[in-house]
Amino acid sequence: MTMEEHIIDIEHLTKKFGDNVIISDLSLSVSQGEVVVLIGPSGCGKSTLLRCINGLEPVQGGSVKLHGEPVEHGKSSLYNIRQKIGMVFQSYDLFPHMTVMKNVTLAPLKVQGRNKDEVTGQAMELLGRVGLADKADAYPSELSGGQKQRVAIVRSLIMNPDIMLLDEITAALDPEMVHEVLNVVLDLAKGGTTMMIVTHEMAFAEAVADRVIFLDGGVIVEEDAPEVFFHSPKTERAQRFLKTFTYSK
Amino acid sequence: MQGIEVLFMGNNMLRLWGGLWVTLRLSLISIGLSLFIGLFVGAFMLVKNPIVKAICRVYIEIVRIMPQLVWLFIIFFGITKLTGIDLDGETAAVIMLTIWGASEVGDLVRAAFSSIPSHQFESGLSLGLSRVQLYVYIIFPQAVRGLVPDVINLSTRMIKTTALVSLIGVTEVLKVGKQIIDANRFEYPNAALWVYAAIFLMYFIICFPLSLLSRKLTKKRGE
Repeated sequence: MTMEEHIIDIEHLTKKFGDNVIISDLSLSVSQGEVVVLIGPSGCGKSTLLRCINGLEPVQGGSVKLHGEPVEHGKSSLYNIRQKIGMVFQSYDLFPHMTVMKNVTLAPLKVQGRNKDEVTGQAMELLGRVGLADKADAYPSELSGGQKQRVAIVRSLIMNPDIMLLDEITAALDPEMVHEVLNVVLDLAKGGTTMMIVTHEMAFAEAVADRVIFLDGGVIVEEDAPEVFFHSPKTERAQRFLKTFTYSK
Repeated sequence: MQGIEVLFMGNNMLRLWGGLWVTLRLSLISIGLSLFIGLFVGAFMLVKNPIVKAICRVYIEIVRIMPQLVWLFIIFFGITKLTGIDLDGETAAVIMLTIWGASEVGDLVRAAFSSIPSHQFESGLSLGLSRVQLYVYIIFPQAVRGLVPDVINLSTRMIKTTALVSLIGVTEVLKVGKQIIDANRFEYPNAALWVYAAIFLMYFIICFPLSLLSRKLTKKRGE
């Protein structure tokens, strides 16, 4: 594990909104093929962390690097770096005026300038893999929330990114649809896709993670293998947090 | 002696259609100008500069709180008084309708853009789209789709508002109707009913399809 190539290197990252410190001097690396799950209470900075990695937020200190290349908000180099970082958000964020196929192929065609036949072929293959080959010509409004989210995953995957960032992608879904989306993510993990995942689905987190990072107050409170974190968390804060997911009479 | 005969006497019907054409022409010119200027007003309203924003806001609010008729009189009589330039009625009408229409279009443009959720921008950017690509492929098409039904609605309001310009001597459809009624007041006392009914139908023929179209497009947007 230790000698593998780092995809993401975060060093001493600090992010503030005004005087409000969201992420404080946070350092973290993600290796090739690794699945890192970020867990923590609302407002702990986990979603903001993902947004910083994609350069959607200006940062106040430290750095984020993708393969050693700095990700800097507002720099023109960002447009190239973002092609290598796939991001899926909580909201169903498909482009409503385009079919599923257009949604998926827009960026590879326009941003990467790839061949149309090749891109369409890959799109069909990926849509088939998430069980949506028959929806290629549908508009997002004709899809369920779970289907939309699977399309959003495909839309990121087709860019052949080095890493996927998943930001609470099932938080807005009906319980029954959570499963179909998370299964897709589990498949990706098996296939060796490097991912950083923010989620509140604890059972899923335990199944998918190579490493669990527990954040609170913008700092890493605990960092463990999933079986350790979920069954014998070391810090009192993590124990308290995990208790909120269990019920007893 | 029935009032309905008045409609078919001489070239009355033709004159009414001619009047309707004046109404339509004024409306079309004004809508065109309103769209052009309104796009800029809308763009200015989306600018972050608070002074630019405030100026646009004041413009829109002033136009909104004053009756269009007052604007029409200010332009038609006021400009002549102040500058000595003798505006003809149609020009004054187009100016009034454009000042009003541009403010409405401006507000619609602002609303169409600000109603696009921020995650549409973010998901576009996170796919690596440049700013220009983001606007060309993602933002503009959505804004236009939102805008079209509203602009069609505004057009029907504009067509109806054109009736005001009969008051400054422009012979549009309502004015033609009045002339026909006045000319036949003694022989056909109930002509007014028939002439106004005909004008009602004419407005209906123009505005109803537009209204249907707008409703259809709105529904499509919400699908």
